[in-house]
Amino acid sequence: MSDAANRELELEVAGLIVDALNLEVGAADIDPNEPLYGEGLGLDSIDILEIALVVSKRYGFQLRSDSEDNARIFASLANLSAYIAAHRTC
Amino acid sequence: MTSPADFPLISHRWPQQPLAYFRGRARSAARFLADAHALAERLPAGDALLNACQNRYLFAVALAACVLRGRLCLLPASRSPESLAQLSEAHPSLWCLSDQTDSELALPTLRIDEASLAPDDAGVWPPPAIPTDRRVVRLFTSGSTGRPQSHDKQWGELVQATLAGLTRLGLDRLPGFAALGTVPPQHMYGLESTVLRPLLGGGLLTDVCPFFPADVKAELARLPGPRVLVSTPFQLRTLLECGLSLPELALMTSATAPLAGELAGRLEARFGAPLLEIYGSTETGQLATRRSAVTDDWQCLDGVTLRADGAERAIAEGGHLTQPQRLNDRVALDGPRQFRLLGRTADLINVAGKRSSLGFLTQQLLAIPGVEDGIFFLPEEEGGGAVARLAALVVAPQLERPALLAALRQRIDAAFLPRPLKFVDALPRNALSKLPLDALRAALHE
Repeated sequence: MSDAANRELELEVAGLIVDALNLEVGAADIDPNEPLYGEGLGLDSIDILEIALVVSKRYGFQLRSDSEDNARIFASLANLSAYIAAHRTC
Repeated sequence: MTSPADFPLISHRWPQQPLAYFRGRARSAARFLADAHALAERLPAGDALLNACQNRYLFAVALAACVLRGRLCLLPASRSPESLAQLSEAHPSLWCLSDQTDSELALPTLRIDEASLAPDDAGVWPPPAIPTDRRVVRLFTSGSTGRPQSHDKQWGELVQATLAGLTRLGLDRLPGFAALGTVPPQHMYGLESTVLRPLLGGGLLTDVCPFFPADVKAELARLPGPRVLVSTPFQLRTLLECGLSLPELALMTSATAPLAGELAGRLEARFGAPLLEIYGSTETGQLATRRSAVTDDWQCLDGVTLRADGAERAIAEGGHLTQPQRLNDRVALDGPRQFRLLGRTADLINVAGKRSSLGFLTQQLLAIPGVEDGIFFLPEEEGGGAVARLAALVVAPQLERPALLAALRQRIDAAFLPRPLKFVDALPRNALSKLPLDALRAALHE
């Protein structure tokens, strides 16, 4: 995927997260390399489950705990977007 | 409370009866008892131990080992450095039982893993009888004062509540039911519904705690029927909305927050099983149930009765309760054993099953150097299936947002971190110096 397409997907995913979680930041303001958990965006496990739900609805696949290293997938917006790009069915 | 002088640790009928699924394999009742005895021999000194095991089978073995030795199992609601420091203060020689390799708990720790358990061919039978007056677990709530309040449970009251719950849920007629929980065992609902219920109901305890909907589906598929799913409104809503189908269920239960009747109806229709909500608290344990899809009325468990205690408040007594307990919620009584929930009392809050009080959280905020004024509050009323987050206003002109959030994380559970957290010049105090909720909510949107 080109860098531009990458960034486009990152922004789309960031928009879904901001909407689903009622975050106070704009989608474009989320640093793609900043951690989503804890110190970065400050998300917790409830948020991760909420994100998994919007991902399943929008991109047509289910996240699993044992399929991949979830800590890595949710380490940053960039990682999550790359994972979605590789697994989306729609 | 009327009960015999002792009651067996488990209710399984024969030694080879499966008691648990552990690491993908069935484990017999006799093997579980052997595991518990093996660990009991190795417990560190001291009258109390913190049970931090995340694997539910290892948690149950650790709990049983403590019960056998007459040691109190501490189950703290929060593992923030602040609350652990308070625990260590109250129990200077406290040890932790943990199955995590990278435990960051600042306590001496006995690591529990498969090597801590009994050898393959071991078995102990019959189940030992435990004195009903033995104190076995201590749970905690945070009162408005900010100091954690401890609640000790005797074996007899846990047994009596569990047996009443088994009867009410119809599980006394489903021997060998397999309980899958999406909640951890360290709070009252998880302890009662995913550990004690299978142990005392002759059921199958499962060691996992599936997280994503697809995990729940996969774990259910591994289990024999009849299957019982123990979950929360938020997780059940996620299961429903993600569009997955599930293996056949005999029962779903929900607790920790109210579940809207409409959502309950959709869950029952989709998954083809009754959904029973369980009402309870750390202080009382399970008290009442309702079939949320068809009624708003809660029915008390056998033996438990309610009496009015002023406007919209009630006291529960009888059954497994060792003393009368005031309910934390506002209720309307429809009879001595039947009630409707009207809402929470002003100060207590519950986020994703974790309980605290707005007073406590506000005190923690005010205790941070650089915070001049501040307050936690509920930005909106609770809805069906969504997790209600807290909001906070803070006056802290010298502090940056990341520094303030980092300081808060040291003091409170992440579930309670304010969202939004808004910096203001002054709190919207009225002429009486009070902070009306309307004004707080309005200030969020200014």
